[in-house]
Amino acid sequence: MLSMFLAPEIKEAAKAVVSNAAAAAPAVPAAAPVSVPKLPPLETANSWAMPTEASTFAESTDNLYYFITALSVIFFVLIIGAMLYFMKKYARRSEDQKTSSLTHNGKIEFLWSAIPAVLLVVIFAWGEIDWIKQTSPPPDAIDIRVTGRQWYWQVDYPDYPGVTLTSSTEEPLITMMVPKGRPVRLIMTSEDVLHSFYVPAFRVKKDLVPGRYTTLWFEATKVGEFNIFCAEYCGDRHSSMGGVIKVLEPDSFEAALREAAKLEQKPVESAADFGKRIYTRRGCVACHTLDGSAATGPSWKGLYGKEESLVGGETLKVDDNYIKESILQPKAKIVAGYTAANMPSYQGQLDDKQITAVIEFIKTQK
Amino acid sequence: MVTADKSSSPGGDHAREPSFYTSQKGLKSWLFTLDHKRLGMMYLVSTMIFFFVGGVAALSLRTELLTPELDVFSATTYNKLFTVHGAVMVFLVIIPSVPGAMGNFLLPLMLGAKDVAFPRLNLLSFYIYTLGAVFFLITLLTGSLDTGWTFYTPYSTSTGTAVISATFGAFILGFSSILTGLNFLVTVHKMRAPGLTWNRLPLFVWAIYSTAVIQILATPVLAITLMLLIIERTLNIGIFDPAMGGDPVLFQHFFWFYSHPAVYIMILPGFGIISELVAVHSRKHIFGYKAIALSSVAIAIISFLVWGHHMFVSGQSELAGVVFSFLTFAVAVPTAIKVFSWVATLYKGSIEFNTPMLYALAFLFTFTIGGLTGVFLGALSVDIHLHDTYFVVAHFHYVMMGGTIIAFIGGIHHWWGKMTGRMFNETHGRWGCLLVFIGFNVTFFSQFLVGQQGMPRRYATYVPQFQNIHVISTIGSYILGVGLLWTAIYLLRSLKSGAQASDNPYGGASLEWITQSPPIEHNFHGQPRVDTDPYNFPQIDRSGGMDHH
Repeated sequence: MLSMFLAPEIKEAAKAVVSNAAAAAPAVPAAAPVSVPKLPPLETANSWAMPTEASTFAESTDNLYYFITALSVIFFVLIIGAMLYFMKKYARRSEDQKTSSLTHNGKIEFLWSAIPAVLLVVIFAWGEIDWIKQTSPPPDAIDIRVTGRQWYWQVDYPDYPGVTLTSSTEEPLITMMVPKGRPVRLIMTSEDVLHSFYVPAFRVKKDLVPGRYTTLWFEATKVGEFNIFCAEYCGDRHSSMGGVIKVLEPDSFEAALREAAKLEQKPVESAADFGKRIYTRRGCVACHTLDGSAATGPSWKGLYGKEESLVGGETLKVDDNYIKESILQPKAKIVAGYTAANMPSYQGQLDDKQITAVIEFIKTQK
Repeated sequence: MVTADKSSSPGGDHAREPSFYTSQKGLKSWLFTLDHKRLGMMYLVSTMIFFFVGGVAALSLRTELLTPELDVFSATTYNKLFTVHGAVMVFLVIIPSVPGAMGNFLLPLMLGAKDVAFPRLNLLSFYIYTLGAVFFLITLLTGSLDTGWTFYTPYSTSTGTAVISATFGAFILGFSSILTGLNFLVTVHKMRAPGLTWNRLPLFVWAIYSTAVIQILATPVLAITLMLLIIERTLNIGIFDPAMGGDPVLFQHFFWFYSHPAVYIMILPGFGIISELVAVHSRKHIFGYKAIALSSVAIAIISFLVWGHHMFVSGQSELAGVVFSFLTFAVAVPTAIKVFSWVATLYKGSIEFNTPMLYALAFLFTFTIGGLTGVFLGALSVDIHLHDTYFVVAHFHYVMMGGTIIAFIGGIHHWWGKMTGRMFNETHGRWGCLLVFIGFNVTFFSQFLVGQQGMPRRYATYVPQFQNIHVISTIGSYILGVGLLWTAIYLLRSLKSGAQASDNPYGGASLEWITQSPPIEHNFHGQPRVDTDPYNFPQIDRSGGMDHH
């Protein structure tokens, strides 16, 4: 709708404005370049409407939204209409224009307190009924565990041992797969700061709190891919902590899930290429850049074979053993200038073959 | 009508006396002043400087958001900019603006008093404010802050930026707020002129009074919360950080226990200004005086019981969500009563469309949108979708900027002649108001749309389909920036070249209008006496018999 007014030239002009501003801005110390997750478009072209409805909650939430919108428009028109009418009718025409001695009117004051109060109770009750539904997952829901980390999601399927999906800030990866028409319960926690799991198309959102579990449930009604956003500010790459949730027909769900979760070296794939897939799929990408710029962890560019000084003053040469140790026990030897607070241990998460592939990948980053 | 006691002066007419600006001279006379008017002007200047700082940060953010990618700043810098924008605007601009500047200047004048109850305490408040501001400046110069103005744990206890100096700054500012509130509370109780009963107080005084109550009761909680945060960061005692056995959601409860009432610390004084502007410029008795006055008090009380509506998706209990949602709707009623009463005041009035009145009418437009969109966020299921999106950003800007700041700018124009002794150029003023009104609505209305589409707040980058609306919003923010700059320029120019202000340029009937512009050091010659209410304008037609008394 609004895009009618914004021809591509305007977007180009916007681009030119920011690049001029960038040129004029003082040099900012280069932080990690943050890329935008390339997410599928929201399936709505109409800026005035709510996004696609893809869960069982969406319709009722939207109906309440439109109901409040309708009431708001009515009240706005009445209030501002009266204001504009009075502005025209009672504009000062002469300095000695007389004004009414009206000071109050009990009846009308009662009415304009009582009518909104009744409407507000209706809105409250509607929101409350839906809230109770949204906070009571059905007993037959499929459980999925979600872990938030700066800055990616890890999604585990307890019913499908070994199946883990992760988001990536670089590639449009399937972060979560769910079957259509089946209730799904997410049991979520965070390993660092607060995050919030938000799927606009489902109208669901819940914070992930370190040290406790929060839950959220939904039942998808549409096959397709939908955006996941992190809605609670969590630091530098908050805005790239996105993901994709893919809804499938129930009969193709399990096979597709196993396929998506597969993280094995393909027959024709080199170890380094396999390592690159692990780099994006298992969250390394969130903290380690490939272009030499510093981020939460050391960049992998030129890392292999480099002399690094450690916290505590020692130095060492980065070799296979050091990399493996850092993956499994991140806090053992920390490179000076970094803390290992944000690096999770991959003990039990990556097997030896996968670790070797990661090392091979790092070797290629010269 | 109100009268000044002129018995001390034979003939009843005074030659113009030196104003409070010229009665004492030299830098020292300002630095150690006990004069509420001088302190009010000092607050005005400081808040305007910080308004400029916060505004520059805002325009930088909007420029970055012209495209989905990062172009101008790094993500870290972007995060620092929105934190600086939020923290400066809340703690250094909006909270002290109306009470500090207008409250200090006008409260004693409206009460017919020589000064506030405790002038030395008032000076101390200003210096505490200055000290808090210094800590904020230290923060900006030492790596800044990237937690957002809400300081949510555990991010705020783990980030490497200057959290301690910033929270300590906010901690100190809290004391300034508490002492000012205490001072105003006592002043309203003890310093009213003879005949100025509670039912004859200007509504601005009622608003400042209700604000003072919240400032005194809520601000200590913020101080304690920020102290706990500092203790956790410096002494590693686990209070909020789960890694040390603390509870991060507890911080949110503490924070919003203060910060939700603080929303009313920010908006109630704006309500007070609007009541004055609407009545004076339509020369009509304010409609529903008691309802407006008591709804301020009702808001002050209920505002303490709604903090959990910021936390519907935080992991707090489901029952708590239900209770907080209900109480949130309860606070909407007194707010609606005020808006209706202001519009009803226009009925059969004599409305002049000068700059202050245009700002008051703009306020009715924008604040009505701000209030109505709050209803969406109070509804539990709808809030799940809208929480932490641009819808919330748009909503609170419609309340904080479209409400408080628009009212504040209107108030500055209304009392500009009284405060400075000069009149601004009316034509320039109306153009400025138009630019601000258009710029504001273009900037923030578009954000409701992008918010309902699911665009989360505090995003340095975003998915490309949101770009159209972001470009519109940014264009709006530039118009708004130009409007505000234009306003600053003509107001400052009027100090040199503006026409001399008369004592009562708009025909106001409250006590501040009977003294000269700018007022003399002791405000009034002799003790003013009051025998009627402040909205009894001479133009009111008493022959019709519509008056209920």
